[in-house]
Amino acid sequence: MILGMLPSVLMIVAPILITAIGGMICEKSGVVNIALEGLMAIGACTTAAAHVLMEMAGVPHTLSLFLALFMGLVVGGLFSIIHAVAAINFNADQTISGTGINLLSTGVTIFASQILFNADRTKEFMMGMQTDALGIYPTAYIAVAVVILSWFLLYKLPFGMHLRACGEHPGAAESVGINVKKMRYFAVLSSGVLAGLAGGCVVLTQTIQYTSNTINGRGFIALAAVSFGRWNPLGVTGAAFLFGTAQAFAIIANNVPALKVLPSEVFNILPYVVTLVALVLFSGKNYAPSAAGQPYEKGAS
Amino acid sequence: MKLSRERLIQSDGAVSVLVVFLGFLVGTILIALVGKNPLNMYKAILQALSGYNIDNGKMNIRYIAETINYSVPFILCGLSMGFANRVGLFNIGGEGQYIMGMTIAQMVALLGPQVQGLHWVLAILCAIIIGSLWGGLVGVLKAKYEVSEVVSTIMLNYIALYLSRIITLQMPGATTYKTANFPETALITNDFFTKITNYSLLNNGIFMMIIAVIVFWFIMEKTSLGFGMRATGFNKEAARASGIPVVKSIALSMAIAGAFAGLAGGIVALGSFKYGRVLSGMDNYGFDGIAVALVGNSTALGTALAGLLFGMLKNAQALMQSKQIPKEITFIIQGMIVIFIALRSALILYQQYLDKKKLQKEVGVK
Repeated sequence: MILGMLPSVLMIVAPILITAIGGMICEKSGVVNIALEGLMAIGACTTAAAHVLMEMAGVPHTLSLFLALFMGLVVGGLFSIIHAVAAINFNADQTISGTGINLLSTGVTIFASQILFNADRTKEFMMGMQTDALGIYPTAYIAVAVVILSWFLLYKLPFGMHLRACGEHPGAAESVGINVKKMRYFAVLSSGVLAGLAGGCVVLTQTIQYTSNTINGRGFIALAAVSFGRWNPLGVTGAAFLFGTAQAFAIIANNVPALKVLPSEVFNILPYVVTLVALVLFSGKNYAPSAAGQPYEKGAS
Repeated sequence: MKLSRERLIQSDGAVSVLVVFLGFLVGTILIALVGKNPLNMYKAILQALSGYNIDNGKMNIRYIAETINYSVPFILCGLSMGFANRVGLFNIGGEGQYIMGMTIAQMVALLGPQVQGLHWVLAILCAIIIGSLWGGLVGVLKAKYEVSEVVSTIMLNYIALYLSRIITLQMPGATTYKTANFPETALITNDFFTKITNYSLLNNGIFMMIIAVIVFWFIMEKTSLGFGMRATGFNKEAARASGIPVVKSIALSMAIAGAFAGLAGGIVALGSFKYGRVLSGMDNYGFDGIAVALVGNSTALGTALAGLLFGMLKNAQALMQSKQIPKEITFIIQGMIVIFIALRSALILYQQYLDKKKLQKEVGVK
């Protein structure tokens, strides 16, 4: 039974993991991005809209999927520029600008649907992603690739060390010739790109259209996975799996008679309670990058 | 001239007005870009604000009353965010505190003693208490276990949503979306308001909101408790060094913040509905409260004004939709307002640049 759960667990974990890795890279460089939720929504809406429009225009299925995901990724990246400019150039409060993007995303996505489809949601597409012979969606492989790439980038390349230095001690990084602003731009943009991609993955595997409920807190869970996973790729992967399994459990529990006596909401609560309890249990030592969330002013010490 | 510009940049109120103006500007441009008439948006806003329908020249006071009624939860959730903000915390949990307040108010309304004058008071009090517990929990987690309030409040929002569903589904007469009707004694409707405002939903909640605004101002500005909290917000270490109990300040401020949001939930439950709602999603008053407090600079009066603005936008939504303007434009305006507030730090950089230029001129450096 556990093995039978695996494909649905992977389906749920993949987008959360992709987003969380983006959030982790971002925080490693010293910028906290609570806009992950909104960026996922923007990516999801873009992908859903692009896919349905291309389907109607008769674009081949695989090509359409690929292009739609790519567009979600690009638009997610574009919106994250707002956060980058606010946080990096203008020393803005990063929580405020992230909240702004989250608020904006609910408006922008549904507004776009109203204009494109005359409804408060995108039109349903006929066919999303298909599973392979093992019953696993390609999104799982994308997630694995993202995790490995991020680990290689952050811990095996000089570039990654420079990026992490910007999050630990930007002043010291600048003094040895690292361009802190550039590094942080790269990190914020990659979190936007990954969140946009993850949003597209949600739409193409778990639903048939974008509505205001599609993302439903996945970005926030990813944010929690970053701190619960202690800002390293392996930990974040573990955290994402924990939440994903808890969420998949809600679906599985519906098919188990013994668990059916409990209201399904009990299982819906599970991932959030697990996160909260985990954060309390593993509190104490602070693993966060020391400069995360603080604006860096060049020349000021 | 130069002095006045400096003053404007430094004045929080002036910056808020500028930020709201810019938000509307973006909204207007966007409407025009997609080929709709921005004028229709402003017609809807005018009608929500004054009750005057410019197209047929008819006046209906109900629209004004609804704007005020919508703004009550916005203002209270704004106070919730604002109170925590003054202590240096970011309360994203207003939504969860609001939901818990609403849920308990509904429960007391359905199960509580049906005594005239006591029933609704009890329901509102329970809403305030559960809101402060829900918020206080965040404060304890933050102060004792160093759990980031941003993450814990978000988790508690979703826990509140599903907990609310579990509880409400057990209530008498519960279907998948509503419960049985509340008894008359639990309602906070005001017959006088209903009559003079053409059957709007305006209710006694407005009085509670006004009291809350005054309480906010009083605690913050006039008590030593509020002083300690503001000191903690300005500089935690300095406050600790001068003997202010920082941990207690944090927990208590989150509890008070939660009380405001819980009250908002109670008022919406008993004032705007006659039955308990089984929530299928969030009402978003708590999230919008963040924006309200930011626009109002976390002060009592500013938050009240910003809440009215948001109430008006919400009331204008249906009117916009009927004029072929997608109502989501109001969310875009709100989001842009918050983004511009984040960008206001650019003004400080600009001021520093001006100061530097001035200084360079004075000492004769090119």
